[in-house]
Amino acid sequence: MSKSNTILYLDGVSVSFDGFRAINSLSLVLDKGEMRAIIGPNGAGKTTMMDIVTGKTRPDEGEVFFDGEIDLTRHDEAEIAMMGIGRKFQKPTVFESHTIEENLMLALKGPRSIFPALFHRRSVAEARQIDDILGIIRLGSRRYDLAANLSHGQKQWLEIGMLLAQDPKLLLVDEPVAGMTDAETEETARLLKDIARDHSVIVVEHDMHFVRELGVKVTCLHEGSVLSEGTLDFVSADERVVEVYLGR
Amino acid sequence: MITGRFFAAGADRRIAITIFILLAVAIVVPVLNLAVAPTSAFYIPSYIVALTGKYLCYALLALALDLVWGYCGILSLGHSAFFALGGYAMGMYLMRQIGSRGVYGNPILPDFMVFLNYKELPWFWTGFDHFWFAAIMVLAVPGLLAFIFGWFAFRSRVTGVYLSIITQAMTYALLLAFFRNDMGFGGNNGLTDFKDILGFNVQADATRSALFAASAVMLAFAVFVTWAIVGSKYGKLLMAVRDAESRTRFLGWRAENVKLFAFTVSAVMAGIAGALYVPQVGIINPGEFEPSNSIEVVIWAAVGGRGTIVGPIIGALLVNAGKSWFTGVLPELWLFALGGLFVAVTLLLPKGIIGMWDSWRGNAKALRAASVAEEAGTKVGVAEATSEPTRSPARNPGEWSWSATKPQAAE
Ligand SMILES: Nc1ncnc2c1ncn2[C@@H]1O[C@H](COP(=O)(O)OP(=O)(O)OP(=O)(O)O)[C@@H](O)[C@H]1O
Ligand SMILES: [Mg+2]
Repeated sequence: MSKSNTILYLDGVSVSFDGFRAINSLSLVLDKGEMRAIIGPNGAGKTTMMDIVTGKTRPDEGEVFFDGEIDLTRHDEAEIAMMGIGRKFQKPTVFESHTIEENLMLALKGPRSIFPALFHRRSVAEARQIDDILGIIRLGSRRYDLAANLSHGQKQWLEIGMLLAQDPKLLLVDEPVAGMTDAETEETARLLKDIARDHSVIVVEHDMHFVRELGVKVTCLHEGSVLSEGTLDFVSADERVVEVYLGR
Repeated sequence: MITGRFFAAGADRRIAITIFILLAVAIVVPVLNLAVAPTSAFYIPSYIVALTGKYLCYALLALALDLVWGYCGILSLGHSAFFALGGYAMGMYLMRQIGSRGVYGNPILPDFMVFLNYKELPWFWTGFDHFWFAAIMVLAVPGLLAFIFGWFAFRSRVTGVYLSIITQAMTYALLLAFFRNDMGFGGNNGLTDFKDILGFNVQADATRSALFAASAVMLAFAVFVTWAIVGSKYGKLLMAVRDAESRTRFLGWRAENVKLFAFTVSAVMAGIAGALYVPQVGIINPGEFEPSNSIEVVIWAAVGGRGTIVGPIIGALLVNAGKSWFTGVLPELWLFALGGLFVAVTLLLPKGIIGMWDSWRGNAKALRAASVAEEAGTKVGVAEATSEPTRSPARNPGEWSWSATKPQAAE
């Protein structure tokens, strides 16, 4: 398989935790500009797959390439983030003791060393970027509120907003609509489709309404490898998929 | 910008007031000691000047600890090591100032070296006859140690209890090393019998007052620096690392460098505190490296309110005043009182005195500063009101097949 024109290329990736194979020769390819939904039962290895891509977990074997040529297994979290991979955690993780604005400010693309941060002054351009993102994630009226005071769904959005501020090439979004109302879920689907217009995106989600809403190719993971791949209708008609969901 | 924020209301005003009080005290106390007749009701006796000067050094040490513990969650149990190293650097300068006035009258070698049959000054004592050199060492030695220690510890991602334990190990190792006579730092007895500092008699009232004023001014300066650091984007990052380290990493920040900078700055502050402390108490010995000293600093910061700038200062002053009083009345019970105080504060005043004060006042802005002081993992009161994640409707396998085949309204 050729790596060119792929944003993410995983081949034969395996990782074990104390003898338990969480990822089992997983191969997955994402084209540039593609959005992909990943489904799979609990413990399928979806989050672990993201851990491997973002440098949190080192694979025992296999290839992980970003942008066709960068070997991600040789880099750590901060380097990978700077190359352009952003990640939303399964459990929304924002800086609770900071305001919404400060959360976004820390995420904004820019130099990441200590001294510039120490003498940083907010520029007009930055303020405008933050305005834009606040508009997109619909938190404009909460700008100066502490992130701790946001609802669960709003924290999810703030975290997505932080990803946008980071302006990555590839976004890994782990369970973005957990804890959201139906209206919020629809809104999030719209937001992600918007983002997918100029980013590559991987979305992990259990909510099938939401996955259907996204209308993209679906990969079903099971026991650390790909069980089925195709349209949502194709995947959900796949007997093996039905089995792993029903047969437990 | 910075000055605008400095005179702003709320939490920042508290900083301005603190700095103002410290600067005023730096003037008023020496005046009341030196220029007022001892019979006057306003006279401040010299021993009080020396005692409070010592407390100010402790307050500076507590503030230094708070920068890493309160704002970055690094519970250092080795900060008295940096304090003692700064103290030793100053002590070495003071030893060299004794000159030939020592018991053995050796113009070069301090008494303990003559006693231990040193033939010449060890290489690491060179330069300490100059104040400027000693002053640089006061900053450089603790700073360098913290940098090297932190570089290894933070890079290997040692956190939490493990980090606290190795900081204790560090100060304990230094304690043992400085106890040895052949280390060249006076062994068990340390450095003492100082005569002059910058040509002034360290025992003289005027010198003591000047040292007191220097301590107050230095503390005011440290308050300002800490406030500026904490208020900068870097300061926000520092707290972000405390609250969600992995989030900062996945945003591209190097959390280890964030911690390393704060740790080094904090160690330098602790070193300065030690350097001001030594001429005021007249001695530095390995006892200052005692692991329990570092733990006491933690108690001061906790009592006053960590994650606030003013809290650790108040905590250090109150606990040490209490200690002086208590050890006068019931010396054998002091350690129990200290332990009891720590337990009581942890249970009853988790945000310390400042946090308590802020909740009383119900000042929203101040509340924010206090919430900053909370443990990274624990939730702030308001956060508890937010909903816990609910399972998405199609989480269960049965529902999955149902929802997947059901026609969607949106289609
Ligand atoms: N650091 C770790 N140490 C040990 N086991 C781990 C570790 N990380 C993941 N696992 C295990 O690997 C398996 C895959 O976990 P993972 O979190 O990737 O699943 P998931 O597909 O994201 O599930 P969910 O839908 O519940 O989020 C699980 O059995 C989990 O217990
Ligand atoms: Mg998961």
